[in-house]
Amino acid sequence: MLIGLAHYLTVAAILFTLGVFGIFLNRKNVIIMLMSIELMLLAVSINFVAFSVFLNDLVGQAFAMFVLTVAAAEAAIGLAILVVYFRNRGTIRVEDINMMKG
Amino acid sequence: MIVQAVLFYIFAAVAVASGALVVSARNPVHSVLFLIVAFFNAAGMFILIGAEFLAMILVIVYVGAVAVLFLFVVMMLDIDFVQLRSGFVRYLPIGAVVGLILLVELVFVVSIVGHAIAQQGVSAAVASATGGLPLTNTRALGDILYTRYLFGFQVAGLILLVAMIGAIVLTLRHRTDVRRQSISAQLARRRAETVEVVKVPLGAGSD
Repeated sequence: MLIGLAHYLTVAAILFTLGVFGIFLNRKNVIIMLMSIELMLLAVSINFVAFSVFLNDLVGQAFAMFVLTVAAAEAAIGLAILVVYFRNRGTIRVEDINMMKG
Repeated sequence: MIVQAVLFYIFAAVAVASGALVVSARNPVHSVLFLIVAFFNAAGMFILIGAEFLAMILVIVYVGAVAVLFLFVVMMLDIDFVQLRSGFVRYLPIGAVVGLILLVELVFVVSIVGHAIAQQGVSAAVASATGGLPLTNTRALGDILYTRYLFGFQVAGLILLVAMIGAIVLTLRHRTDVRRQSISAQLARRRAETVEVVKVPLGAGSD
């Protein structure tokens, strides 16, 4: 029973789908949406690493590191925006963020 | 080989299950904790596949920094989470349909690509011209990251710097209703403007 590329890609596909599903499911809770984005980025990293190992090319792992960097930066900025929004409005309902719509 | 397969299935099952619990948990604190479990199991899969440096980075960066940041924000903000979950059942069908279509498409692609690469027959020739030292994953990654992708590496550092400054600028606020120590004002004080010598006549009383 050899674990091949398809196994890793399937796990990554399921995790990515769970991330998309989470964004649809928690339409009001920004924190869960940010966590779903993290889950999707994790799935992308798994894909990069799996392809990198099975194609014997390290570039995929280098790019997985870049994905990790962007994920960390995105989490920091997103949570900072969330904290500022909560300070101003007292809630984090996403539906209320359309105030600039005119 | 059989141990690796069993370990892979354990890691994959726990990662997928905790991923499902991240998006469906009632309490956001539990969501963050399940996210941490998912990250740990992904790191285990990375170790199984031979990418140990990325596994360590995943544990340090994701679990040590990102997930703890999430936990901090979830616990710091005083939010009524029951009210935020009110549309949960309403969005369930559309989310399930979209997710299912996406999953079917992805698995379809995965089966095709996986077979194509398996038939291509990947050669397992790793360059071992590193001066007699065994080429570990970390060393090989450093070799490629600091030479071919030096520019990308520095841009990544720049992104992190911008994110750090941005987060500080966004969350910093100068409150005017609190009294703080102002060291420069303390140091700039002169004797003439603070101390006054008063001649008090003897026996005149103080009223």
